[in-house]
Amino acid sequence: MKRILLGAGLGMAAALALAAPAQAAKTLVYCSEGSPENFNPALNTTGTSWDASLPVVSTLVQFERGGTKVVPGLAESWTISDDGLVYTFKLRAGIKWHSNNDFKPTRDANVDDVIFSIERQWKKEHPFHKVSGGAYDYFADMAMPTLLKSVEKIDNLTVKITLNEVEAPFLANMAMAFMGIQSAEYAEAMLKKGTPEKVDQVPIGTGPFQFVAYQKDAVIRFKAFDGYWGGKQPIDNLVFAITPDAAVRLAKLKAGECHVMAYPNPADIEAMKKDASITVQEQEGLNVGYVSFNTLKKPFDDVKVRRAISMAIDKKAIVDAVYQGAGVPAKNPIPPTMWSYNKAIEDYPFDQERAKKLLAEAGYPNGFETDLWAMPVARPYNPNAKRVAEMMQADLAKVGVKAKVVQYEWGEYRKRMQQGEHLMGMLGWTGDNGDPDNFLYTLLGCEAARPGGNNLSKWCNKEFDGLVVQAKRTNDLAARTKLYEQAQVIFKEEAPWYTIAHSVVYMGLNKAVQGYKMDPFALHYFDGVDLKQ
Amino acid sequence: MLRFILTRVSLVIPTFLGITFLTFILIRLVPGDPIEVRVGERGIAPERLAQFRHELGLDLPLWRQFLDYVWNVMTGDFGVSLITHNSVLSEFVTLFPATLELALAAMLFATLLGLPAGILAAVKRGSLFDHGVMGISLTGYSMPIFWWGLLLILFFSVGLGWTPVSGRLDLLYYIEPTTGFMLIDTLLVGEYGAFWSALHHLILPTIVLGTVPLAVVARMTRSAMLEVLGEDYIRTAHAKGLSDSRVIGLHALRNALIPVVTVIGLQVGTLLGGAILTETIFSWPGIGKWLIESIGRRDYPALQGGVLLIATSVIAVNLLVDVLYGVLNPRIRHAR
Repeated sequence: MKRILLGAGLGMAAALALAAPAQAAKTLVYCSEGSPENFNPALNTTGTSWDASLPVVSTLVQFERGGTKVVPGLAESWTISDDGLVYTFKLRAGIKWHSNNDFKPTRDANVDDVIFSIERQWKKEHPFHKVSGGAYDYFADMAMPTLLKSVEKIDNLTVKITLNEVEAPFLANMAMAFMGIQSAEYAEAMLKKGTPEKVDQVPIGTGPFQFVAYQKDAVIRFKAFDGYWGGKQPIDNLVFAITPDAAVRLAKLKAGECHVMAYPNPADIEAMKKDASITVQEQEGLNVGYVSFNTLKKPFDDVKVRRAISMAIDKKAIVDAVYQGAGVPAKNPIPPTMWSYNKAIEDYPFDQERAKKLLAEAGYPNGFETDLWAMPVARPYNPNAKRVAEMMQADLAKVGVKAKVVQYEWGEYRKRMQQGEHLMGMLGWTGDNGDPDNFLYTLLGCEAARPGGNNLSKWCNKEFDGLVVQAKRTNDLAARTKLYEQAQVIFKEEAPWYTIAHSVVYMGLNKAVQGYKMDPFALHYFDGVDLKQ
Repeated sequence: MLRFILTRVSLVIPTFLGITFLTFILIRLVPGDPIEVRVGERGIAPERLAQFRHELGLDLPLWRQFLDYVWNVMTGDFGVSLITHNSVLSEFVTLFPATLELALAAMLFATLLGLPAGILAAVKRGSLFDHGVMGISLTGYSMPIFWWGLLLILFFSVGLGWTPVSGRLDLLYYIEPTTGFMLIDTLLVGEYGAFWSALHHLILPTIVLGTVPLAVVARMTRSAMLEVLGEDYIRTAHAKGLSDSRVIGLHALRNALIPVVTVIGLQVGTLLGGAILTETIFSWPGIGKWLIESIGRRDYPALQGGVLLIATSVIAVNLLVDVLYGVLNPRIRHAR
């Protein structure tokens, strides 16, 4: 039984943070929405879990704070070979590891740690592969097992990664949290002690904050790490107060019990903006909600029908009624915050007369019957698919199209859509690595049009596919941007989807919080954040 | 007496089996298995899905999974959470004291207020007080927990700043759990400030969770008292010249208590059910929140283990109530 008063640190600051004297330690309290599964981002896929490991972990390269541009992280520089297959990363010298009661590091971070972090996820025979369940979903999803050819140590601070094929988004993948660098020395020590899973539960990293303690469903405590390679943080302590209910998080923000709150209710935004003690930040989410037309089935194999439906639905009414401020109408398959987003594209107008005419031209003067699948769950890019479906149903009826709303249980729903069982069906996507490839190739490329693939419209357009594959195979950003812009033009003309909306994500902050930048991936970073006293 | 207790205990075994079976089947009737829920719209390659299902034993026939589960539970092994990979029993033991602390506080609140209110209402039958108590308790009984909790938070925490919004202890303190009961742990380490903080944090959730039981206890006490007060022996006691307080406190109350104790016992189930909502509102780190999350993530072992362990505690309390009856009313124990 022991009591730890966290330095002079956590001290008064947490309770009276807003009124704390100038010399007191600064503690920032973040009202988070849930408990992490563990503290190793390689093992899980939820934003909640990633948020909890982001303070601790660093990656070789990272996303520029608040953006999707890849900048140096643990690696101070890197080179890509001319054939695009070999990536050589040069690590910074003198990167310090955190320590805890069970582990005191004897060396700085080096290439052994990089190799450990990759091989743990990659090699089935690795002693840590099976630890903590061993489900490396993101590693698999980003096709790393097939992409990687070898990971070699050149010297202590230089690592050479060779790929099997050119993959431009690879660098962005390396910036994702699942590629966070873990300490090989810590892992070895825990393995020797017979508690390998501790590596994932009591994390050691090189990030801006050290893990202090976690009380399940209640609180996670971090303190600023003096030896952080990026420099000491302006705040001294970071506390996650786990608060699942959004209304309660807001109450805590108002009462001064937390400085930053995640995911306010859209309905509360107006009132929050009026509150003098609260700053509201907003950002379009890196996602898209859409209706997929099954282009293999009649009548949606005809582009005229797809265009007609696109003109028959009142998008603005849907976004206003269902998203209630937490969404903006979408015209492109990629979100506006992503590079290469084609602003010039014009969306189909809401024009039911033209829609009827187009349907007549396509041979359906009296309309037709179709199904319209609606997800059974709320997602950020579509908070209420059933309601959206009902509004679409009403619009479609006016042009003679009778749509029957179909729902299945979530897992079943996704599987059947991937098999292409629907005629019209809703789904969406949240970006992983900020690369347009992650939308355009992953969701609309020919390879994904196979049964079971993520191209739900089963739309395989050679011209479009040529562009996105070419963009994948070059590392020249300007050239890639052009290719993707062009691909979006084809997408709009061919209309394999009816694009509905991108979500808008909000954050509530106490006025004392400075330097907080919203993350396009909807994760929450606290390095560089300060509290004005 | 011993025989009575043994009979009661033996009746518990089929109940246990039934509960195990029900939770096992019910969670599997909810569509979507843990892996599919985890991957969401991202999807998963069929061979990876098959591999995970195999590793978790989900590819075995249901009857086989059930028998394995029962066998493991009988040997004290509740399995490992599919999400956190911690032992279900250890997670339960970590979180349950928080729920228990809240439930006990709510029970205490309900009993301490409900009993006297019910007695007084019965004695002053038809008075303004009686109508007041019954009116308030009807309101309390009908109050949705979620709404009631938020209302109190907005009024007392945000408006007046008297109570903390949520949580169990001020972030200023970090108390390493010993018993898991915050009020006890803070005293054990001699941190009185933390004790007051814990007490402060307990106030609103206790009121919210205790409201329904309070209403039930008050109404039940009143009606039981009214019935007893009309009995001949009460009149006799009065006729013997005993004081009002003696007649009510000794003769009437003891007899009126039997149905009240039953109701209090039955409220334990209600309390644990209500705790799930109350904990969500007040970010109370108990089993309620844990169970809700387990359902969402289809964490079969956590959910089955959790429900089974809660059922065990409810059964234990009911057993205790049965035994308590025997103490209160000898006729019951002799009848069996």
